[in-house]
Amino acid sequence: MSDSISNLPPDPKATEHNPSNLRAEVDGSIAQGSFDLASRRLAELWRRDPASGTASFVTSRLDELREKLREKTRDQLGGELGLTKFKLAILRSFTVEPIVPLFRAEAFAYGIDLGVHVGDFNTYVQDMLDSQSSLYRFAPNAVVLAVRADQAAPELWRDFADLAPEAAQQAAERVVRSYEQWIATFRKHSQAALIVHSLERPSSPSLGILDDQSEAGQSGLIRQINRELRRIAAEFHGVYVLDYDALVARHGSEHWHDERKWLTARLPIAANHLLHMAREWVRFIVPLSGRTAKVLVVDLDNTLWGGVIGEDGMTGIKVGPEYPGAAYQALHRALLDLSRKGILLAVCSKNNLDDAMEALEKHPGMLVRPKHFAAIRINWTDKAQNLREIAEELNVGIDALAFLDDNPFEREQVRAALPEVTVIALGESPLEYASAVRNCAAFERLTLSSEDRQRTEMYAAQKQRTGAEQTFQSKEDFFRFLEQEAELEPVSDLTLARISQLTQKTSQFNLTTRRYTEPQIADMAKKPDWQIFSIRVRDRFGDHGLVGVAIAHDEGEQCEVDTFLLSCRVIGRTVETALLAHLAESAVQRGCKRLVGWFLPTKKNAPARDFYLQHGFNRQEANGTGSLWTLDLKSSTLRCPDWIKLKVTTPLNHGN
Amino acid sequence: MADSTFERVRSVASDIFGIPADKITAESSPETIENWDSMQHLNLVLAIEEKFGVQLEPEDIEQMKNIGAVAALVEKLQSAPR
Repeated sequence: MSDSISNLPPDPKATEHNPSNLRAEVDGSIAQGSFDLASRRLAELWRRDPASGTASFVTSRLDELREKLREKTRDQLGGELGLTKFKLAILRSFTVEPIVPLFRAEAFAYGIDLGVHVGDFNTYVQDMLDSQSSLYRFAPNAVVLAVRADQAAPELWRDFADLAPEAAQQAAERVVRSYEQWIATFRKHSQAALIVHSLERPSSPSLGILDDQSEAGQSGLIRQINRELRRIAAEFHGVYVLDYDALVARHGSEHWHDERKWLTARLPIAANHLLHMAREWVRFIVPLSGRTAKVLVVDLDNTLWGGVIGEDGMTGIKVGPEYPGAAYQALHRALLDLSRKGILLAVCSKNNLDDAMEALEKHPGMLVRPKHFAAIRINWTDKAQNLREIAEELNVGIDALAFLDDNPFEREQVRAALPEVTVIALGESPLEYASAVRNCAAFERLTLSSEDRQRTEMYAAQKQRTGAEQTFQSKEDFFRFLEQEAELEPVSDLTLARISQLTQKTSQFNLTTRRYTEPQIADMAKKPDWQIFSIRVRDRFGDHGLVGVAIAHDEGEQCEVDTFLLSCRVIGRTVETALLAHLAESAVQRGCKRLVGWFLPTKKNAPARDFYLQHGFNRQEANGTGSLWTLDLKSSTLRCPDWIKLKVTTPLNHGN
Repeated sequence: MADSTFERVRSVASDIFGIPADKITAESSPETIENWDSMQHLNLVLAIEEKFGVQLEPEDIEQMKNIGAVAALVEKLQSAPR
């Protein structure tokens, strides 16, 4: 049976919901108090018509929804609609106001309720240097430093031909030193992420083609500044470069710029590229706010290869180095790149298992093979059900899934049944599939840990473990068989990124769900009354990597657990007991008498609900947000399970 | 069902100014629309350029005194030979 659309009934929603009907439906839903439906229709409207007018509509209705929800539940938009709140400040040397609605609407499409503060024109230096500035009062999660070359490096931008080579070089160095000073000061005043625009090269250098004959020309020096910006960014935690020069080049400098708007309104970007600026910013805030996809689930027929395996057979499907099969290989390469970033791949296809597996295993044109897929569902069940099972098998939330399918009907069905899934919009031509995957912000990452690089292998080992578990009579026998080794490590520059990443991404076994950036972790690590532990776990099947974090804070004789979390892949293997026992032991050594901790329930952290109860804590109090548990350290019998070999690495340095 | 240029301009203006389309007439102007300030004027210009694929000159932008004038301008630009 074909996977093609002709066999399926037309999607009623596609004809019914044209943009103006959608607007009316949004307003109707808001009036009736169906906020969830209103939010879904807003997302659909944005998907169909991502333009400036739509953006104004979407953001005004989002603000309205927020107000209504506040009246109703005193809750932020986050709770009810499942959006993540994020505050971002833009420091700028040009007009960005018309980009802001596009930015907020696009962020909303990725599940982010974005609040934006725009700094005054060209006050970015004062804003960063003055700890009392409106920038710091806004308390942003992230800051964009959007300064153009004409402001940041005026000498190199205008009248360049007047400068002696030495003076030009000195001017470039001055620019770099200024950035270095701003960034260092910013980092002293704020732990927010900082996204620095690189400087664009002039599209018409003052000396024409002569400029390119030397590294000391106008373009060469701006390139040099950009290289230095990357070096500076790497020296600070949470500072990133947005390659504005490359962004402009990608869309074509001649098209990107609008001289009329620049001279009349200080807006250098043409109307139809404002969305591209907004999307580039969104690529950063998706990983910063943790709204990333962890798994990409792909269809097979007409997605991973051209044609239908069940009808066209091994010799009929199109996949290989020549067109049209080459388009599918380009997609395979994009998938493999995701896999190298730690994003798991999975298959969900309506097919006969044997036919499809034969193609996956043996077709010479396939660059992705069964070993690249952490889960495979090839059957005739509906895709939403299969996606639920894949999420369960891989131990991730439904919202961690992204879905790639050439068939609009399947995409619409998944969107309707599982609105949390990131459904990737595909055009008609397979030539666009690879870039659709590469451009999806849900796959962006700002740091890569060694865990990320090895994730696919780790999941393969996990499959073996699950197989082994079923052959044991008791849990304890299984734990002994696993030969788990846990290593407790102090925070270091090597583990900082991963610790922050775990606080950002762990939702299930997480007692307080407090999200921390790298600079925040680094800052805590410097304080003597704060303790940060991380746990790395190995067993006979392989290395799980750094999978758990505990953060504690001493107050007199009491040690309070601020954060306690464990990656879902080791839940239920008693590693959590080992980590807690170590936390308790270290508290005793520092002279504490009590260990206390909050359990703050969320939609997702039910697996951690009974954790304190199971480990001998008593419930001390409960309020609307959670329950506080306490353990008397003197009478506690909390010990590391004897089947876990525990190794404690003593801190050499405290933080960085 | 092809909407007239005026109707399409009106729906863009409705989004930008946050008022229902049926409250907007050809005579609607900064005098009658409360938040039609200079920043919203820029937003309207950008949305029109994006939606209709036209490029407005600074001189054109000054002529956009009311919604009817905007629609007329768009029609002129779209019919002009390139």
